[in-house]
Amino acid sequence: MTDERLKQVSTLRRIMIRPELGAISGAILVFVFFLMIAGDSGMFAPQGIQNWTVVSAQFAIIAVGACLLMIAGEFDLSVGSMIGFAGIVIAILSVQWGWPVWAAILVTFALTISLGAVNGFLVIKTGLPSFIVTLAFLYILRGLTIWLSILTTQKTVIGGVKKAAEGDWLAPIFGGKVFTGFFQWMADQGWIETFTRGTRAGQPVVEGVPMLIIWALGLIIFGQVLLTKTRFGNWIFAAGGDAQAARYVGVPVNRVKILMFMFTAFCATVFATAQVMEFGSAAADRGLLKEFEAIISVVIGGALLTGGYGSVVGAALGALIFGVVQQGLFFSGAESSLFRVFLGTILILAVILNTYIRRIITGER
Amino acid sequence: MTEPIIEMKNIEKHFGAVIALGGVSFDVCPGEVHCLLGDNGAGKSTFIKTMSGVHRPTSGTILFEGREMNFESPRDAMAAGIATVYQDLAMIPLMSVTRNFWMGNEPIRKIGPFRFFDFELANRVTMEEMAKMGINLREPSQAVGTLSGGERQTVAIARAVYFGAKVLILDEPTSALGVRQTSNVLATIDKVRKQGIAVVFITHNVRHALAVGDRFTVLNRGRTLGTARRGEITPEELQDMMAGGQELAQLESSLGGTV
Repeated sequence: MTDERLKQVSTLRRIMIRPELGAISGAILVFVFFLMIAGDSGMFAPQGIQNWTVVSAQFAIIAVGACLLMIAGEFDLSVGSMIGFAGIVIAILSVQWGWPVWAAILVTFALTISLGAVNGFLVIKTGLPSFIVTLAFLYILRGLTIWLSILTTQKTVIGGVKKAAEGDWLAPIFGGKVFTGFFQWMADQGWIETFTRGTRAGQPVVEGVPMLIIWALGLIIFGQVLLTKTRFGNWIFAAGGDAQAARYVGVPVNRVKILMFMFTAFCATVFATAQVMEFGSAAADRGLLKEFEAIISVVIGGALLTGGYGSVVGAALGALIFGVVQQGLFFSGAESSLFRVFLGTILILAVILNTYIRRIITGER
Repeated sequence: MTEPIIEMKNIEKHFGAVIALGGVSFDVCPGEVHCLLGDNGAGKSTFIKTMSGVHRPTSGTILFEGREMNFESPRDAMAAGIATVYQDLAMIPLMSVTRNFWMGNEPIRKIGPFRFFDFELANRVTMEEMAKMGINLREPSQAVGTLSGGERQTVAIARAVYFGAKVLILDEPTSALGVRQTSNVLATIDKVRKQGIAVVFITHNVRHALAVGDRFTVLNRGRTLGTARRGEITPEELQDMMAGGQELAQLESSLGGTV
């Protein structure tokens, strides 16, 4: 007995109707837009591409964590402060205390992931909204970061990490570049631009793919597979969709949520470590507003703010939109304050489209 | 009649100064639908939450398959074979039928060291089990939110049955449904009974209870007013017992016997 009132759904419609549609349309829109207004500015030459892919990858790394956490029904507003905190801790341990960089990185990861767990425990045990608990941590961590930095160095910027990281085995995993041989080969073939003068003459301007991008891709694939292909992914959806209903069928909701807070802290620390290794310094004010940029990427990507619905690939596309718009306005010579206007507009448009699609998919009314 | 699979004796539950249950006895046998009736605030919810392990009784004993049981959590009760389908907490509307059906019991397929959710198996079984209950899904990946209220209850019942429930507690499964959907859910309850599962059917609608019930127990203000077998009691008597007699009789005469 098939219901005669159900219309046959066409294949095209089924392909079109997916949570990422808003983000896909947005991404196409911004690419077309910048190809038109900044197509000959070098934005789509190798160096320009590296420029906006790195920025997008940074957004993507924190967006993956924020995405899984949001689907599990919680927020983390302390991501930005966590980035600043992790960077300063790495710098203090390695430069000030003279620890090997690998040890500084590992200890920092352990510390920040524990802080993520504390966030999670507080949210679960107090039953307070994560918005409030992590807002408190936004201030606590930022304050601690500045205090620690001034206490140990009388400055809010700690340099010298690059020197300390020389010869370290772990540092290149975050700050290095891969496929350098391939890029040198392309340069030798004359396919990509090379330096013509100075000590690096003959070497390609773009030496390779920064590890940051590899981390972003790795985390996106990990997040997407975890969410859509595993039992744990089903628990993430269930925890955010209706925690009580999930508990009644035996889903360990508390464990899922706490683990997601820890994962968010992990992603923030990956971001921080890569940034410290790239700049060779840490600053106490790094990561400002990153929590909101991560949440915006996730929402552009089709996730529901109240949890239970979303897509990692969508969030990654949201991060791509973010990166392309930010750098594209720079390339096109536009006033940089317009970045926020443009971004706000895309946010509204994508969310309107996403809401409409979600209603079709889930039968929400 | 066979031996009761679950027997609740003299259950009392106090919340601080409030006596929610003041000595309730109740039992249900395999292949039987035992209706628990009562008006709002009669203690139905507290009672079934005690049966399903959410609350621990202040006093009284619970015998499950003849042995005394102390459920520490809903998980314990579930492991023993007591499944509860709550009225609005049955399903998560944003998730697909398959994801809902297997929630908490996801099948695993190993590829190397990795353990994946076996969607192929999950989708196939979901479609089969739904078909058995008379629901033809468009596709197993469709969200539960696109189903009607009756279909959602049916998915939840099918899920409980598939995962080996011996006792199925249904908390007001028909109270928010239309006529047609109600009859579908009642038909589902009948199918479940025929599989030899004990069904505890909570409702405040006498007609729904009489449609499928074998026995009827009425709760009022935290106490049992008595248990009757099918055929021993008329709808009017049940209705009166539920509402506490007197006042309703007066109300009813002014409403022309339509309640």
